[in-house]
Amino acid sequence: MKVIELHKSVTASNDADAQALRAKMKQQGTLLINLMSSPGSGKTTLLSSTIQMLEGVKVAVLEADIESAVDAERIEALGALAVQVHTDGMCHMDAGMTEKGLEAMGDHPVDLAILENVGNLICPAEYDTGAGKNVMILSVTEGDDKPLKYPLMFEKSDVLIISKIDALPYFDFNLDECINRVKRLNPNIQIYPLSAKTKEGMQDWINWLQQEIKQWKER
Amino acid sequence: MHEMGIVTHLAKTLDDMASENKVTKYGSVTLEVGEVSGIITDYFVDCWNYFKVKHPLLKDSELKLESIPAVTFCESCKQEYPTVKYGRICPHCGSEETYLVQGNECIIKEVEAETADEV
Repeated sequence: MKVIELHKSVTASNDADAQALRAKMKQQGTLLINLMSSPGSGKTTLLSSTIQMLEGVKVAVLEADIESAVDAERIEALGALAVQVHTDGMCHMDAGMTEKGLEAMGDHPVDLAILENVGNLICPAEYDTGAGKNVMILSVTEGDDKPLKYPLMFEKSDVLIISKIDALPYFDFNLDECINRVKRLNPNIQIYPLSAKTKEGMQDWINWLQQEIKQWKER
Repeated sequence: MHEMGIVTHLAKTLDDMASENKVTKYGSVTLEVGEVSGIITDYFVDCWNYFKVKHPLLKDSELKLESIPAVTFCESCKQEYPTVKYGRICPHCGSEETYLVQGNECIIKEVEAETADEV
């Protein structure tokens, strides 16, 4: 037996898979977005509004929930492609599972593929899925202290959507304080407070998406 | 289930390394685990022992875990302090402008391995 010094991350094999997937998606011109949040944060409602507002953009959604035929039906009704992906009992999606999900879509080129990660603010943040951008949702109903409790996810995300802002008058959610907490963890994060129900703030998020989809095809 | 997920990723990383280095068998696998990595070491070792018996390369291996203390640095007073005891707020000056220096890692430090060249 010999001793081999490694100093390698435990997830090194996943990191390599993720890099390869990112390069492949780049070549295809499909922007893959890893969407992370708690259960009940309003992911499907946000996705429905987003797909409706993104006119002329071909969208696919990869659903990583365990039983979400209902969600898939809601997405398909809007004309987007919906694929169910299985996490084999894991609490997160990794690059290998994401690639399998994308392959299951078959030969349907899309501009935007959204991976609806498992509803959980911890594990999904630890695995690179190969996505071009990481987006997370925090809903007003969850509370403004979440950046303190789950810092890693806020650090890893490119965009934070603060959803359900139409409910702000009914909850003790301090929007300014929440934004300060998040900016302290991640000064470069883009924050979009919005309501998918009333459409308030939605246009800024849509503009960001359209810009990113365009840039992903160019660079 | 968090620990089980990490074990499967660790095994895949070791598999990749085995094919690159002609490893036929692993003896020990030493990991450095940060104090605030969220890994519960007892669960982690249980998951490893459950997992390894099904994998010929890992069957006789032993998992060794070394803990890395969590340390936070304060941007305001430029001092370090132990994270687990004091959390996010600096005990020296009360500032919230702090960041974690170390303590959330999960790194494969070294492995003992038998390679095809030795046999």
